[in-house]
Amino acid sequence: MDQLALLTIFILSIFVGYEVVSKVSTVLHTPLMSGANAIHGIILVGAIIVTSHAEGAVELTIGAIAIVLSAINMVGGFVVTDRMLDLFKPKKKVEDKA
Amino acid sequence: MNPPIWTELINLVAAVAFILALKALSGPKTARLGNRVGAIGAIVATVVVFFAINNIQNVEIILIAMVVGSLLGYFAAKKVQMTQMPQMVALFNGAGGGAAMAVAVIEFLTGSIYTSPIALVATVLTIIIGGVAFTGSIVTFLKLQELMTSRPVIIPLGRFITIGVALANLALAGYLIVDPTAWAMWTLSVLALVLGILFVLPVGGADVPIVISLLNAFTGLSVAGMGYVLENVLLLVGGTLVGASGTLLTRLMAQAMGRPLTNTLFGAFTKTAQKISNSQEDRSVKSAQPNDIGIMLAYASRVIIVPGYGLAVAQAQQSLRELVDLLMSKGIEVQYAIHPVAGRMPGHMNVLLAEADVPYDQLKEMDEINSEFASTDVAVVVGANDVVNPAARTDADSPIYGMPILNVDQAEQVVFMKRSMRPGFAGIDNELLFNDKTTLLFGDAKDSLTKVIAAVKAI
Repeated sequence: MDQLALLTIFILSIFVGYEVVSKVSTVLHTPLMSGANAIHGIILVGAIIVTSHAEGAVELTIGAIAIVLSAINMVGGFVVTDRMLDLFKPKKKVEDKA
Repeated sequence: MNPPIWTELINLVAAVAFILALKALSGPKTARLGNRVGAIGAIVATVVVFFAINNIQNVEIILIAMVVGSLLGYFAAKKVQMTQMPQMVALFNGAGGGAAMAVAVIEFLTGSIYTSPIALVATVLTIIIGGVAFTGSIVTFLKLQELMTSRPVIIPLGRFITIGVALANLALAGYLIVDPTAWAMWTLSVLALVLGILFVLPVGGADVPIVISLLNAFTGLSVAGMGYVLENVLLLVGGTLVGASGTLLTRLMAQAMGRPLTNTLFGAFTKTAQKISNSQEDRSVKSAQPNDIGIMLAYASRVIIVPGYGLAVAQAQQSLRELVDLLMSKGIEVQYAIHPVAGRMPGHMNVLLAEADVPYDQLKEMDEINSEFASTDVAVVVGANDVVNPAARTDADSPIYGMPILNVDQAEQVVFMKRSMRPGFAGIDNELLFNDKTTLLFGDAKDSLTKVIAAVKAI
């Protein structure tokens, strides 16, 4: 792909990333960080690509490590964020019984 | 050579899913949906990549590694207790950083990057940033899990060593761009890993969450770097989004703690570190029995509870809620005061109390409640310390100076439920413990609360 096109996408994504989270409330800092953490687990796709044309024991071993690590990042990240947010879901109205 | 158009289009959809996910994660009502949208985008993209690669090799190894990693991640995420969640996030982040670094190393070894100088630069930078995120995250994990000291670790001449290693990284990176040889790449990898350790060691316990957030942004950037090299739009967009939003989030967190980011990262290099004291001279404190506390609470009309990490460690959120419900049934006005960094991360305490079904409307944020302490009879501090330490207001030499705190010292009476006189996570003494209006109740938080509940019931 055109290097200039890649650079354009990169620069525009910086602004989008900054903009979309600018109004987050303190309460959600932890889940947001955790969710963003899961998103960079997409490096799994990169790990699969490079391993698919890796040759020799060294490259293959590093490739397998990369895939294991990124799968941990992606799957673990989304699951733990979901668990966290599960606690925030609106409960049945717990009015005080007084 | 190019991947089929339809796979590129699906990658575009996944990239949009990530943007929507981050947007939705910023709002309380949409957060959970947002996370799931992100997850679906990631899964779809992972399946599609198998159709996008020409002449795919090593499929068995790839699939086995994917299954192993997914299972490890899944069970770790399911098993972890909510109190230990910050260090779990740190570990996951480290895994991502390590993966990005590994991908860059393979890309370097397979030699496909020499065609473009920019791709070579991006690969080299990914090795450094990914390596720092990897070992840095592991050190933050060790600190939070208390497998090593949570206090700043000051190596003699540490500042110069760190700067030296950082410069060596840059010099080698420059060399690699001119002459991309394998030995230089391996040396750089090792140096990057060392730099990650040196970078996080001097950071004090209370600042560790901010560092996790920063390293999270680093990992995002390294993923973006590989997106550039592999000419993969999804990696490029996803990584950059996390890099940018993570940087902003890091700044917001630092703001919530009332200190500039540079202070957090390099504070321990400077003189403030020496202020941290270990020993407590024998000064007298006033301690009491659960009965006394029970009476104090039962005859109060306004009570504010300040929960901290110690509460969660003792798994006492349920008992606390019981006590609060009991007091409220006696017509006493009770509220929870939540400091922005209560727990181990911003928003962590909200997660922990939500786990114990504490209703939202009883949780008050710091700005909302700080003016009310002056008209409060009893402030009960359960397992918190640094977030109520007046040194943040008064002692310019204190490591937490400038951090906004809860004005607990303005309440009529203050009760501390503590295990011991041990200082808080930041490792500094709290003057409030010696104040005349302060009463201490020593013991395990759950145990103490249970006894206080019994005392209140007996009245």
